[in-house]
Amino acid sequence: MSDALKTLFGRRYRFAASHRLHSDHLSDEENFRVYGKCSNRYGHGHNYVLEVVVSGAVNPATGMIVNLVDLDDFVQREVIEAFDHKSLNEDVESFRSTVPTTENLCKEIFQRLKHFPLAKLERIRVEETSNNAFEFAGEEIPDRMTVR
Amino acid sequence: MVYLTRKIEFSASHLYHNPALSAEENRRIFGKCNNPHGHGHNYTLEVTVVGEPDPVTGMVLDLKDLKTILEREIMERMDHRFLNYEVPELKDQIPTCENIARAIWKILDPKITQGRLHKVRLYESADLFAECYRNGAGPA
Repeated sequence: MSDALKTLFGRRYRFAASHRLHSDHLSDEENFRVYGKCSNRYGHGHNYVLEVVVSGAVNPATGMIVNLVDLDDFVQREVIEAFDHKSLNEDVESFRSTVPTTENLCKEIFQRLKHFPLAKLERIRVEETSNNAFEFAGEEIPDRMTVR
Repeated sequence: MVYLTRKIEFSASHLYHNPALSAEENRRIFGKCNNPHGHGHNYTLEVTVVGEPDPVTGMVLDLKDLKTILEREIMERMDHRFLNYEVPELKDQIPTCENIARAIWKILDPKITQGRLHKVRLYESADLFAECYRNGAGPA
């Protein structure tokens, strides 16, 4: 059924984690120049907010794109359990080789959630603090930006 | 093009129940949202209009006009109402956040004649929302 209206469903989650911004490719001096106090040796933590937005047809029997219980369970299993009250640098495999900036965290979370089987993952947003936020919608170029 | 957004808040009650399903199925799918006497939320609605500012007024549309439209079309219909029983646009639908956002889109789209309706975002709580766009338009 074609639908003139695109509908999305969004949900916000929270997790607390520590990290240290430090690149092995840079000297100690350069690390401190680039990352400042975020490079302090023993790391520090944030209360992260994760916003997950999915799209799909609204099921007429339920009024839902996806039952939030199913989305919650998936996000809990794929992200929250892996990141909450953990050290991103030490406890998340991919951050052993990349710096756990919130940009990279967005990409890692998108990778973990893009296989959600019940709706299409549209975008995610990660708020590291209430004053900074990062969004990622995958690497594909949206249709409207395609150069013809 | 400039996108402008206005926000309103309304409070309403609802319940999720599909008469075509058994009591057990309703309970399984909708959980406590299936409680027979309903429950309520403070909804936050964000309406985004897109357009070129008028060269004389500098406005895409006058925010006062948008405020009047939202007051007349949404607040009067939905604020302090039981969505299942008192809002005809939601009759025979489960009043989920998705369906309410879609109903709001369909109500507002023909009423916004200066600029063009771009997005409706409806929060049922701070952690749950639905968004509507014209298909193909995509998020700004």
